[in-house]
Amino acid sequence: MSSRERILGRVRRALADVPSEDTPIERAYLREHGDRSVEETVELLAENLADYRAIVHRCTAADLPATLAGMLAARGAKTVLVPPGLERSWLAEADTEQVPDRVESTPHELDRIDSVVTACAVAVAETGTIVLDGGPDQGRRRITLVPDHHICVVRVPDQVVSSVPQALERLDPARPLTWISGPSATSDIELDRVEGVHGPRTLEVVLVDTQASAEVNS
Amino acid sequence: MSGTFVGMPAFPEAAHEAVNNRTLRGNLRHATHTIRAKREKAVSEVSDWAELREAGKQIKDHTLRHLDRYLVQLEESVVAAGGTVHWAADADEANEIVTKLVQMTGESEVVKVKSMATQEIGLNEALEAEGIRAYETDLAELIVQLGKDRPSHILVPAIHRNRGEIRDIFAREMSEWGRPAPEGLTDTPAELAEAARLHLREKFLRAKVGISGANFMVADTGTLVVVESEGNGRMCLTLPETLISVVGIEKIVPTWQDLEVFLQTLPRSSTAERMNPYTSTWTGTRDGRAGEGDGPQNFHLVLLDNGRSDTLADEVGRQALRCIRCSACLNVCPVYERAGGHAYGSVYPGPIGAILSPQLRGTASEIDASLPYASSLCGACYEVCPVAIDIPEVLVHLRERIVEGGPVVREGNKVVLKPAKGHAAERAAMRAARWAFAHPGALRTGQRLASRTRRLHPRSLPGPGKAWSGTRDLPAVPAEPFRDWWQRTNGGKESGK
Repeated sequence: MSSRERILGRVRRALADVPSEDTPIERAYLREHGDRSVEETVELLAENLADYRAIVHRCTAADLPATLAGMLAARGAKTVLVPPGLERSWLAEADTEQVPDRVESTPHELDRIDSVVTACAVAVAETGTIVLDGGPDQGRRRITLVPDHHICVVRVPDQVVSSVPQALERLDPARPLTWISGPSATSDIELDRVEGVHGPRTLEVVLVDTQASAEVNS
Repeated sequence: MSGTFVGMPAFPEAAHEAVNNRTLRGNLRHATHTIRAKREKAVSEVSDWAELREAGKQIKDHTLRHLDRYLVQLEESVVAAGGTVHWAADADEANEIVTKLVQMTGESEVVKVKSMATQEIGLNEALEAEGIRAYETDLAELIVQLGKDRPSHILVPAIHRNRGEIRDIFAREMSEWGRPAPEGLTDTPAELAEAARLHLREKFLRAKVGISGANFMVADTGTLVVVESEGNGRMCLTLPETLISVVGIEKIVPTWQDLEVFLQTLPRSSTAERMNPYTSTWTGTRDGRAGEGDGPQNFHLVLLDNGRSDTLADEVGRQALRCIRCSACLNVCPVYERAGGHAYGSVYPGPIGAILSPQLRGTASEIDASLPYASSLCGACYEVCPVAIDIPEVLVHLRERIVEGGPVVREGNKVVLKPAKGHAAERAAMRAARWAFAHPGALRTGQRLASRTRRLHPRSLPGPGKAWSGTRDLPAVPAEPFRDWWQRTNGGKESGK
């Protein structure tokens, strides 16, 4: 008998006493916590991101290229990784050498790059979390992992949800998902929180207000 | 479970040693009190905690009731996404499967994400025996590995070490395993973390094989979830070409939606954060689904039983399989705080370990038979448990099983457990009590006799009761039995003292 059959057989015998009828799972918990306007939800995202030591910037769509260029310059970044589908105009004003995200690049090559700029799939206000799903404007997992500086652009308000349940609804489980809440951290030494272990030690999040620009354009 | 703890003394002896270690007690007290206060704050932020807890309990119970069905469904989903599924009935089989998989890649080293399941089966030692070096990459696991030590906490395995001890371990041992610690390393946590970063980065960047566990497996999508803080998990799950995940069969949730409960309760219960810094989910291989060249090319899932189906057979004890390994119960436990994790003689210490280890391993050894007694039954563990495991109920149930014996399931077979040795006096006392309560005349005579001779009673018990009365006062026997008083005063209606 294979181990598969052996384990399944044991499980079935172990459950012989269990009645077959099932009551539905009671989901009495909330879909979101508190009553907030859209602007308040974005504000909460900014607060919670900052609370876990992400550096938060806010700007309009028109100001985004200048904002990103300024951030890279302030960091002194010489090279920046760029996912294949990143909006080209975003880095139009940056002075930094742009390195495309390629399947063939080795982890050692990625390790030599200063910064990475990506978009995101969704951001969760209540927990201060940004979620990447490997889409064309976010690139493969490794590019937001190996370089020490990650800049993530969140389109507000349309990419912002209040809560974890709302985020899961929007995400496709078939995609490789990475949920990021603040920079890398550890609490393994006397349970003191220290930022920066293996992941990027600096996380900067740009909340770009797409609504404001839409109004300007219309 | 693993042979790591073979020869461990039973809990009272091991705990006695730990309680006399002042450094250890100080480290533990500091750590558990810090996280306790933080957790309370994190939990109070969500107004629907009770509802989340209830839903978590129900989802896990539902899964366990239909575990066979969900295991088969999970297997189908993982295979459809390009993964390979292996089944391991016990630790040896799991170790053998993983060793073969690593050997097939031609590699002789692997990087590991912190995983309780691989600790449980003693995977590192098994790999070592075959000439494969396994590098632990979680900071706390690294401290334990470099210190040739054993983990003492589910979440923070090096909780028993303070920063000075960690500095010494790094300075002394890092060069043995790779990049040495920087010159003049101090004991500030930031510097220690930096030393670990530099030491491990060279391993991450060259690793071809990663080994992990998983916090959750989603049956309907075949998705695995790893929740972590440092980014070492992301490194091991992303950079290697081959990923091997060893996961207990109880870690399933039926649907993607179910994660909405646990991704809220797990971080707040464990590290006391709104959300842990990193959560990674993956479904099959990079070519199997929507991966688009992302992550490992080969993915192997090893489904581990190792006593879980036996635990499932126990109607009271099976609730221990709801555990999501948050470790909140350790941090509130007055016994854990003083005895430390090593005293439990298992990779699962604290209250959850006291009910999980004797069920997974059986109660044949002295340490396992002593674990259900490693508790004051204060109930704090049940209060904080995010999936509402009634740990005190299971402890009492296991105590009864150890004293009385009875039918249990071991390795899938029904066996009858003999009453444990060393409980003969307790059993005799209980039998005598049962007889006395069933014979009111004898009880009355006995009580009167006890009252009249009360001046002659010794202050401590003789024989097997000696240990008990060594640390406790014997209750004083009243001058008149209650039932005599009741009769004499007509139920207290007439005056009488």
